[in-house]
Amino acid sequence: MSDSHHHDHAHSDVSTLTDIQKRVKALESILVDKGLVERDVIDQIIEHFENKVGPHVGARIVARAWVSPEFKKSLLADATNAINGELDFAEVGQHLIAVENSDELHNVVVCTLCSCYPWDVLGLPPVWYKSAPYRSRVVSEPRSVLEEFGLDLPQDTKIRIWDSTAETRYLVIPQRPKNTELMSEAELADLVTRDSMIGTSDVLTTADQVNT
Amino acid sequence: MNSIHDLGGMQGFGPIAPEDDELTFHLSWEGRVLGLQRSILFLGLWNIDVFRHAQEKIQAIDYLSWSYYERWVHTLTATALERGLFDQDELRVGKSLSGESPIATKKLTMKSINKAYVRGNFERIGDSQPEFSVGDMVVTKQTHTSLHTRLPRYARDKLGTVIAIRGRHVFPDSVVAHGSEDSQWLYTVEFEGCELWGDAVDPTISNLIDAFEPYLSRV
Repeated sequence: MSDSHHHDHAHSDVSTLTDIQKRVKALESILVDKGLVERDVIDQIIEHFENKVGPHVGARIVARAWVSPEFKKSLLADATNAINGELDFAEVGQHLIAVENSDELHNVVVCTLCSCYPWDVLGLPPVWYKSAPYRSRVVSEPRSVLEEFGLDLPQDTKIRIWDSTAETRYLVIPQRPKNTELMSEAELADLVTRDSMIGTSDVLTTADQVNT
Repeated sequence: MNSIHDLGGMQGFGPIAPEDDELTFHLSWEGRVLGLQRSILFLGLWNIDVFRHAQEKIQAIDYLSWSYYERWVHTLTATALERGLFDQDELRVGKSLSGESPIATKKLTMKSINKAYVRGNFERIGDSQPEFSVGDMVVTKQTHTSLHTRLPRYARDKLGTVIAIRGRHVFPDSVVAHGSEDSQWLYTVEFEGCELWGDAVDPTISNLIDAFEPYLSRV
């Protein structure tokens, strides 16, 4: 940029681009030049994870498990095959495992070694799930962690902490809230939050919904 | 390896800080990195285990101070350089200095993009029968390997019970150590909280890991 007319513009470009942005741009350009990746594909992957897949996918699965005992049974036996057997659910990969909460047992999921998470049904994990405080603490002091999320379990409820150490992925099936017998499957799905399917919170109640 | 990535049971990281209405990507380059990562894995030059091990080799102070996607950028760059996908000169100028790559035929395209969305299957067919059955008491291996393992420190040399057999899966330790899948039976093993954390721990908790057969021996 020897042309003084362009100098200011070029300078402001440089000053707003951080080192990491420059590195990512360089990586992408090199790999595109080499014919190894396509920019359209990257755009589409971003679109997929921002808009297509997310906790709403898992919420529909949970709601169906609440209304259909038959589906719940097959979901708990083999979640991947159960979900892929339903015509109106998007395909999920292997090996998804569903674990069910009850009055006696609460399940919570973590990946202490990295950040394994059931992307197919929950989308990308939140920052806290990937962070050192959660990964370090939930395995040994789950109650204090759950309290930080506002979940106060009865003292005698058993807690199972599932550490995703292999290529299996875990989805928690939270308990269906009381007084929801008249709700439709779609309405029930609206009560199912992301965190309730990780195991760090309860589902919403109809009262929560009115308040929001 | 016993690096900082193996966080289970450590203390001193402070409170968890959930965000309200968290964005999928906090900065626009993070999405580009995710797209690059999915595309590069599709080339089949290395798998997720190699990528994980490269993250484990990040120095502790960097691992804790970099964001998740900063770690990915570092890992992608380091692995691609190590495997000769491009070189330092190309990284410096931000373009290919040798034209198209001969392996470009395996790339992820708009036609095959669905394969970037659905998880791969790591189960493999083999001849051997599982050594352990549901209900068996097992003890996990003691190890301080400097290589890749998916047996977390908090669950080494501990007594547990097999609660499920998950099939025969690609063995990450072998993938990283010598590039072979070496599939092994995978089990879910449950440990009582007091076995891992001592008598003072909440008596209502139990911990579960997915453990490959070589991590386990019969009691």
